[in-house]
Amino acid sequence: MQLPTLPKRYHAASIWALYALGLLPAAWTFYLGATGQLVGNPVKIFEHLLGEWALRFLILTLTISPIRDLFGVNWVRYRRALGLLAFWYVAMHFLAYIVLDKRLAFDVIVEDIFKRWFITIGMAAFVLLIPLALTSNRWSIRKLGAGWVRLHRLIYPIAAVGALHYCLSVKVIGPEQLIYAGIIAVLIGWRLVRPRFMAMKRGRRPQYGKLAAEIPRTD
Amino acid sequence: MRPYRPLAIPASEITPEASYFQRRDILRMAAAGGLALAAPSLAFGTEMLEAKPGGYDPGEELTPEADVTSFNNFYEFGTGKADPAKNSGQFNPRPWTIQVDGMVGKPAEFDLDALMALGLEERIYRMRCVEAWSMVIPWIGFPLASLLDKVEPLGSAKYVAFETVVRPEEMPEQRGVFQPLPWPYVEGLRLDEARHPLTILSMGLYGKTLPNQNGAPVRLVTPWKYGFKGIKSIVRITLTEEQPPSTWNKLAPNEYGFYANVNPEVDHPRWSQATENRVGGGGFFGSNDRPTLMFNGYGNEVASLYDGMDLTVNF
Ligand code: HEM
Repeated sequence: MQLPTLPKRYHAASIWALYALGLLPAAWTFYLGATGQLVGNPVKIFEHLLGEWALRFLILTLTISPIRDLFGVNWVRYRRALGLLAFWYVAMHFLAYIVLDKRLAFDVIVEDIFKRWFITIGMAAFVLLIPLALTSNRWSIRKLGAGWVRLHRLIYPIAAVGALHYCLSVKVIGPEQLIYAGIIAVLIGWRLVRPRFMAMKRGRRPQYGKLAAEIPRTD
Repeated sequence: MRPYRPLAIPASEITPEASYFQRRDILRMAAAGGLALAAPSLAFGTEMLEAKPGGYDPGEELTPEADVTSFNNFYEFGTGKADPAKNSGQFNPRPWTIQVDGMVGKPAEFDLDALMALGLEERIYRMRCVEAWSMVIPWIGFPLASLLDKVEPLGSAKYVAFETVVRPEEMPEQRGVFQPLPWPYVEGLRLDEARHPLTILSMGLYGKTLPNQNGAPVRLVTPWKYGFKGIKSIVRITLTEEQPPSTWNKLAPNEYGFYANVNPEVDHPRWSQATENRVGGGGFFGSNDRPTLMFNGYGNEVASLYDGMDLTVNF
């Protein structure tokens, strides 16, 4: 499969465009909510939207390397932006919950986090995302070396917990929850079969040396 | 400000009840003739419905009609709050009959005219959803007791079971692979709850017949209970000796009790019931959180129904 490739001089701009585009749903919905244009329960609508986009960006983050494995398209340059967008959406989801939903009633918030299972695990996923966000930069990658790769494997349990949190937060699990959970299961499952798949692929072709799979790109 | 002025005229001044079928014909003729109607705007499929003032008004600001008719839980039409208004256009609530049977002396079927003849009143009630949001709604309906009197419950009847219509052709979530709930949706009340003066069958709101998304043409309203007890589009009412099943209670008995009385002290396992968000208007910052009242503020009227019961067990 041969896609038209983006000239290198546009790479940096395309990453900034992704950040801008990615934050648009949050900004637009915040605007609607702040100006009284969300019908019904505006706080919940906003809170849910942020949670759903967090999950979408987690999924997109996880699709980058299978896309390269399977289709030979290298979008690794967008992975950091996608991961950070996921982090920012979770952070905004958390803020919407404590500020808009619970109005900073910290006794209630603490009780929720310790007593309500789905919130407990959501909180755990958020806490685990923090070190990933803090080390999503060139300096950390260089500094941490192989440790960086190991640390960032946390994204798999985080995504799995995010999907579980979603399933547990609703009254009845429906197609939406199953689709998100299913996609995440497939993306994690891919990592398990990937070594075998890559070996097969290499067996058929001359080896070009170590595949860049686990080496984070810093451009 | 109250944009909608609830009825406050004495009953003696109200024009005799006009059958709304007649009214519908008038509307249809008017529409066919291309006449501009000076009537208040009607939601799709609704018609003006007359009623006398029922004397219930909590004195709180009414939830705007746009919110009451666009923010709903009615899983037959979808699980999202906006789904019922969006997906209920195919639903045709006329003609309609409710079958009333079980442990009664005179089982009978009632059509809409027969139900309206039981005496429509407008009553403004608070509505508290189990999901911690609430509204204030001007319902039009009649006491369920008036209907039960017609069928003469037997002395052995202890409970009243309710059932929603099943129409997969008209209700999208009743067909296909993923159906969120088992159908029909069923609910139940103890007979004394069902006969309580606050319990009504509603046929309208805001001066009009019920929009499909609110449970057309007839639904239950028990204002001291969580909203899911208010079963919609009722086709059957059965008096029983045993406690009847309730859809949400069967699905998750640890989350939804049979009684489902509004109780700020008994949390849902996944959220607190101590406060509620009053739906409508204002956006994030005008949004309106308030403490939830025991029995949704109807304790004076209903608390005695539960004397001696442990409400943390019978939630
Ligand atoms: C990886 C982290 C997280 C992800 C991916 C995530 C995602 C989601 C999603 C998709 C929903 C459901 C939205 C809907 O029903 O449409 C949700 C609901 C919710 N989340 Fe999260 N979440 C995360 C972390 C958190 C954290 C840290 C908290 C708070 C401590 C939290 C609190 C909640 C609450 C309270 C709800 C339910 C809101 C309600 O309906 O009352 N979540 N989350």
